[in-house]
Amino acid sequence: MLRNKSSEYLFLAVCLTVLTGTVLFLLVLMADLILDGVSRLDYQFLTSFPSRRAARAGIAPALVGSVYLMILVALISLPLGVGAAIYLEEYAPKTWFSRMIELNIANLAGVPSVVYGILGLQIFVRYFKLDRSLLAGALTMSLLILPIIILTSRESIKRVPESIRDGARALGASKWAVVQDHVLPLASPGIFTGCILAFSRAIGETAPLVIMGALTYVAYLPDSVMSEFTVLPIQAFNWISRPKVAFHVNAAAAILVLLTMLLTMNAVAVLLRNKFETKLEL
Amino acid sequence: MTETSEGIVKTTDLKFYYGSNQALFGIDANITKGKVTALIGPSGCGKSTFLRTLNRMNDYIPGSRLEGKVEVDGADIYSSKVDLALLRKRVGMVFQRSNPFPKSIFENIAYGPRIHGEKNKETLSGIVETSLKNADLWKEVKDRLNDSALELSGGQQQRLCIARALAVEPEVLLMDEPASALDPRSTARIEDLISELRGNYTIIIVTHNMQQASRVSDFTCFFLEGRLVETAKTKQIFTRPECKETEDYITGRFG
Repeated sequence: MLRNKSSEYLFLAVCLTVLTGTVLFLLVLMADLILDGVSRLDYQFLTSFPSRRAARAGIAPALVGSVYLMILVALISLPLGVGAAIYLEEYAPKTWFSRMIELNIANLAGVPSVVYGILGLQIFVRYFKLDRSLLAGALTMSLLILPIIILTSRESIKRVPESIRDGARALGASKWAVVQDHVLPLASPGIFTGCILAFSRAIGETAPLVIMGALTYVAYLPDSVMSEFTVLPIQAFNWISRPKVAFHVNAAAAILVLLTMLLTMNAVAVLLRNKFETKLEL
Repeated sequence: MTETSEGIVKTTDLKFYYGSNQALFGIDANITKGKVTALIGPSGCGKSTFLRTLNRMNDYIPGSRLEGKVEVDGADIYSSKVDLALLRKRVGMVFQRSNPFPKSIFENIAYGPRIHGEKNKETLSGIVETSLKNADLWKEVKDRLNDSALELSGGQQQRLCIARALAVEPEVLLMDEPASALDPRSTARIEDLISELRGNYTIIIVTHNMQQASRVSDFTCFFLEGRLVETAKTKQIFTRPECKETEDYITGRFG
């Protein structure tokens, strides 16, 4: 009895240590970033273009590029991903073919992002001659997050109880009416949460864009989907690899901006889920 | 009441398979219009499967297959020309577990008429009121039509589902053990409701409850192992059944 109890305490202690360790590590990292970067965070920094002089440099093109990239990625991947999920869950006959597709999507979600960069470089940049444009970047990033969107959307759609579909069908609702009137409204909080998390992955990714050769020095704002562009993680990567310490401060500040964007998006995702998730336990 | 024996739902040599598993072995049934027909039999005897072939809800089961003929008002409902939406408008269904949509009470009822093209708000309100009255629920919910249907009690939810089915003005109403998940009082209300609907609708009800079958139905079909063993007037089947199996089941010797 006594031994049992002490081993329980030991287990609890191990759990707490691991937890505090992880959280502390994260906190130290954040604190270090904030200490380094916060002094550099001002209006000038947000609105200036890159410069050879660290004190005059800013993240305007990178910030705008990141936002544009995310909007484009959302426009491309949301309809494709949700459409694919609806097809696979509600329409596709359960044949070996659809099982192959499902298996492939699950595998694609685990493919390293660099591979998508190579794919994007070959297909969008070279074959379709989109060059290193915003569109090429967005298409590549969309490919990267499509599997995630499809998987999370399918999970949400699966959670809609079959009895609701039966109820609608028994009244004479067509397949599409069932999807449009019942499945999508009930699944959408989950779908949107998953999508926002996927988008935040897209704006944090660097590797595919580095492979595609996204620019590190952009002295103008992108004005069309064919413009060349840069994004926050690439700007930060560029600054951190310079020898001058002043640029490292810039990098820290840029990362702070990126982190703020990511945390905001994740917070929105959590709020959305909590607010609209209807009780489906019937 | 005059005795008419006009059939409305007729099956001929109906066979149903779940993959390689045969569930129905040539059912010949003739359901009388305007009457309540109870389907009884032990679990797994095929009565629910049979019920679900009548509005083609079995279509969604992967690997399932149907042979034979099902006619509603003389028309083969498995012919390729059949409009599923229209068929289900004519043959409504109430499920074992109440399944209201997670929407308002009003929207639950109005959904059916709406997908069949009714857009007029006044007409819809009228349909909602009539349907709820017919399902004996109006008095309880008339002041909170915009509340979520999920806030209703289990028995109320099931009556809401009946109202929802009535809203598209079906001729036939299929009920798959509609009271099996309810307490005795709610069950009694559902049974009363079925008696009130008799005459205006043809009702086919699957039930495990012998007393319920004898209380609410005019005709009873006894199913056993995928076969329709006996069909007769309920009174007759419960007093002097023709088949030995029927008698054994009704008197509780098995099942």
